[in-house]
Amino acid sequence: MDKDELIYMYRQMLLIRVFEERSAEMYAKAKIAGFLHLYNGQEAIAVGAVSALNPDDEIVVNYRDHGWALARGCSARAVMAELFGRADGTTGGRGGSMHLVDVKRHFWGGYAIVGGHLPLAVGLAVAAQYLKTGRVTLCSMGDGSTNIGTFHAALNWAKLWNAPIIFLVENNQYAMGTSYDVHSAVPMLQKAAGYNMYAEEVDGMDVMAVREAVCRAAERARRGEGPSFLNAVTYRFRGHSMADPDVQRDKQEIAAWRQRDPIPRFADEVLLKQNLLTEADLQAIRKSVEEEVEDAIAFADKSPEPSLDTLYDYIYMQPVSNMQIGGSLMRPPKTIGRLSATSNGRG
Amino acid sequence: MAEITYREALRRALREEMQRDPTVVIWGEDVVAYAGGGAYGVTAGLAKEFPGRVRDTPIAEEAIVGVGIGAAMGGMRPVCEIMTVNFALVAWDQIVNHAAKQSHMFNGQIKVPMVIRTPNGHGRTAATHSQNFDAWFASIPSLKVVAPATPYDAKGLLKSAIRDDDPVVFLEHLQLYSTRGEVPDEEYLVPIGEADYKRRGAHLTIVTWGRMTIESLKAAQVLAQEGIEVEIVDLRTLRPLDYALALESVRKTHRVIVVEEGWRTGGLGAEIAATLQEIAFNELDAPIARVAGLEVPMPYAKNLERATLPFAEDVVAAARAMMHNEY
Repeated sequence: MDKDELIYMYRQMLLIRVFEERSAEMYAKAKIAGFLHLYNGQEAIAVGAVSALNPDDEIVVNYRDHGWALARGCSARAVMAELFGRADGTTGGRGGSMHLVDVKRHFWGGYAIVGGHLPLAVGLAVAAQYLKTGRVTLCSMGDGSTNIGTFHAALNWAKLWNAPIIFLVENNQYAMGTSYDVHSAVPMLQKAAGYNMYAEEVDGMDVMAVREAVCRAAERARRGEGPSFLNAVTYRFRGHSMADPDVQRDKQEIAAWRQRDPIPRFADEVLLKQNLLTEADLQAIRKSVEEEVEDAIAFADKSPEPSLDTLYDYIYMQPVSNMQIGGSLMRPPKTIGRLSATSNGRG
Repeated sequence: MAEITYREALRRALREEMQRDPTVVIWGEDVVAYAGGGAYGVTAGLAKEFPGRVRDTPIAEEAIVGVGIGAAMGGMRPVCEIMTVNFALVAWDQIVNHAAKQSHMFNGQIKVPMVIRTPNGHGRTAATHSQNFDAWFASIPSLKVVAPATPYDAKGLLKSAIRDDDPVVFLEHLQLYSTRGEVPDEEYLVPIGEADYKRRGAHLTIVTWGRMTIESLKAAQVLAQEGIEVEIVDLRTLRPLDYALALESVRKTHRVIVVEEGWRTGGLGAEIAATLQEIAFNELDAPIARVAGLEVPMPYAKNLERATLPFAEDVVAAARAMMHNEY
């Protein structure tokens, strides 16, 4: 593998880690509101998977999506601006942390209803198959989403129609605070076996292992061999979200998993061991990543709030001619925007 | 111009749009296998005509809608059939949290050009199979919702819905499938978002849609014999709702009855009545009245089912009462 690509993967993982640490800080400072689900510990999965795919392969993920957006090439500036709810964010401040998106990069979004995005991902894969684009769809999810109806409906459909899709479970072993043995009746791979689907277990703390597994699954899909299921076993180093005090998980368990941190592990076992980089190089990378995130925060802070005039944009992609007098839109959209600006949101 | 059924009008719309655009596909439960095509026969014969483009799916409504959304995001124009509107509840999350969120929440980066076809209706099938959720669908921003009453509108609106870049919930009706009406041989579209006068009259305005348009037309015949000329505004599209014709009519007749099949509380009729009085209070000579379904889970017994649903006679009674100042 190309040296530059390995270094890039390391830098991406580190960028995600630093980005998330600084996001937590910004949350504490109330620059970020709502829910904030951090990706710390799971970086090897997004970075490994993205590195295995073509740039035009489709990616659909859940609400723990900052790492995926960054891995896919969204700028730290755009992602941080979105977390701040600003006009320069990935959706101009519409979606926030859980709904990042960049369709130009074939990143179809973070989805915040557990399991809700699985049928959408199957649909993207079916469209690629029907339109013969040759694209593979990667659908990531948490272990907590493997019990809901859409999971089973999606796996059944994907297998039935031989869809070119990879179901990638980021198995961090907890559905919010509920551990795997409390939320699932059978081991993860048995769920895939129920649909006679090709499946592998992967070390989710090993970026190269993830990359290789996703490569194999993508090749299968491109050869017309249909869906694959990957159980990437991992661990999140922080609580479910910033609202989670993380008291339910065993402290020793957390410490043990931190020992398997994918970032220093990749540095030690690959970059340093193969003499691709020195300790000084690693320090330089960390410095440049910290600067990039610092710049992103400054950028987000300066980015304007979205204009009230945009409130009704894209309610429809194809507006109806007499919509301004229809339904709840009794006044022209821009009038409503101005009213809410001057009268405490009434209007 | 030929007289054809509502069912045949829908089938012609599907056929024409599939001929026109190779990305249009039909997915749903038993749209191929059952009795030659569709539980109610709408898709009959289309699978043979368009190989690979009409496919039976598992009974998994959340996936029928969800896979349709994803395929629409990916460049197709799926027409997804939900066998009856009652089963749309299984897909509710996909409709509300996904189909209706993509364009706005993702700031115009994603569009979902799909149609969800599903019939309202009843027929001695009891409480879980005889419901009407028009008001729920119509309350969701970013959805388009249409409910045609005639074969002409059914064909023209379905063609518009398939070509539309937004998700369209297309509400058909079991009791309308076999009704007949004139449909031109040449191509035409009925635009989404435009109401239509189905009858002109000077005394009283009926605002309605779907099956109740037909019942209101029957009522108008009876009322005409008594010297009461009703004007019928068929909304056709329930979201975005076009008030222009209703307002024009109210300014002429000064009396309004909103007629709907679904439950009265929180019904679309309540929304329409509230809006009309907000805009045109001074035009009204009587309180706006509502005719609606009775608020019980639909019973199976024939007499109880009939008592629960609104029919022409209920419209006639409401119109008489209004004209005799009994409201």
